[in-house]
Amino acid sequence: MNNFSYLRVADVASAVNAVAGESDTFFIAGGTNIIDLMKENVTRPKRLVDITHLPLTRIEEREGGGLRLGALVTNADTAYNTAVRHRYPLLSKAILAGASPQLRNMATNGGNLLQRTRCYYFYDTATPCNKREPGTGCSALDGFNRIHAILGASEHCIATHPSDMCVALLALEAIVQVTGPNGDRSISLDQFHRLPGDTPHIDTNLARGEIITAIDLPAKGFADHYEYLKVRDRTSYAFALVSVAAALELNGDTIADARLALGGVAHKPWRSREAEARLVGQPATRETFEAAAELVLHGAKGFGSNDFKIPLAKRAIVRALETATRMGNA
Amino acid sequence: MNAASRGGARTGTPVEAPKKSSISIDLNGETTAFEVAPWTTLLDALREQLHLTGTKKGCDHGQCGACTVLVNGRCVLSCMTLAIMRNGATVTTIEGLADGDRLHPVQQAFIDHDAFQCGYCTPGQICSAVGLIREGHAHTADEIRELMSGNLCRCGAYSSIVAAIRQAMTSGGAA
Repeated sequence: MNNFSYLRVADVASAVNAVAGESDTFFIAGGTNIIDLMKENVTRPKRLVDITHLPLTRIEEREGGGLRLGALVTNADTAYNTAVRHRYPLLSKAILAGASPQLRNMATNGGNLLQRTRCYYFYDTATPCNKREPGTGCSALDGFNRIHAILGASEHCIATHPSDMCVALLALEAIVQVTGPNGDRSISLDQFHRLPGDTPHIDTNLARGEIITAIDLPAKGFADHYEYLKVRDRTSYAFALVSVAAALELNGDTIADARLALGGVAHKPWRSREAEARLVGQPATRETFEAAAELVLHGAKGFGSNDFKIPLAKRAIVRALETATRMGNA
Repeated sequence: MNAASRGGARTGTPVEAPKKSSISIDLNGETTAFEVAPWTTLLDALREQLHLTGTKKGCDHGQCGACTVLVNGRCVLSCMTLAIMRNGATVTTIEGLADGDRLHPVQQAFIDHDAFQCGYCTPGQICSAVGLIREGHAHTADEIRELMSGNLCRCGAYSSIVAAIRQAMTSGGAA
């Protein structure tokens, strides 16, 4: 870890001022990702701005029935929050599928969105990586790419976004509230993370100096029929090879509304509105789900070691939708 | 592009080392003041400066759980915590669990069930178990296994660890 200076701020405006116009100055909250990256010399800050004392630590009701999750509420406190458990159990289940209890006690909601890929080459400063050092090349393309992307990748980067929480947030159409030097704005979760294209070093559409203040959940929580299915190399405490957030609204046996998002397959949480549209109005049967799964994976591309993810994702989608359908009908 | 310049160039003016800051924590029931650099982890502060070597450095990357301590009653990873960010916090390490010569119920349960072999992961396992019991989310053996998954034991004492935690849960181990 390199030497750096430290500043604790007490209000959001001071936080924004502390990083605006400063290169190599970063916010730190839970620290579970940035401290690791600093130990690996991937991130070398001149200064860290401690935002843990900002008043963004509450979960509040929104007008119209939604919920506002403060950016500094820990992942654990969010997952175990009574309102989240009852109204957004998909989110609770996704959060609890990620990391470990210690990490969830530390990691914050805002930080979860901003965590960086766990691509081995991104972490290994001895190897080329376009995300870490633009223009050097992608070591994963022809390297070990078992954990890498099958959707939306580019010739410059095939890294995946590692979050479970964000996959559920995407399915729930969450809105990210941010503030910065130019004031407040809202970014849909779908527009928050980016595909790699030819700028894989830019993970999100958050501008320099902007800070996440909250994540808003719309009223509709799909609490009756949902599933977060995470497939990984061990039963717990591992990143997803493929994960599926499935949410259904059923009218008898007919699908009235559907949400389908995947993790572990792309540079951002991956939602398929095409597949969702294919589900709506159809009977909730295996045949329907298989047709939707084909649509999601249409255009998927493996890079050798991760070819298995394509059939795995299709089967995981079908299983997640079947599990979501059966809920409450047992 | 040479290898030395990747991952942040090692060139330019050396960063001037900032002065250390004085912080104070409630450490195992005693107010403890000490000086830390911004980059000192809580783990290194505990072991190297405060000489509490019960908390172990395993992977130093948040993957093994050997460094687990309780901060404000919650189990966290001290290797992924900057000490300077915990100024004013209440920290409990393995050294702070026993009441004099009377072991904490979780410590006693680990002995009763032979829940360790080499012992290196044990302080972290016990701190996680105390946090788990206190937080109250685990009720079955499966839930204990899931919520202890952040603590690796390379000797493979897992089944005994689960048995020990079950005993402590029924004997008031949250104390």
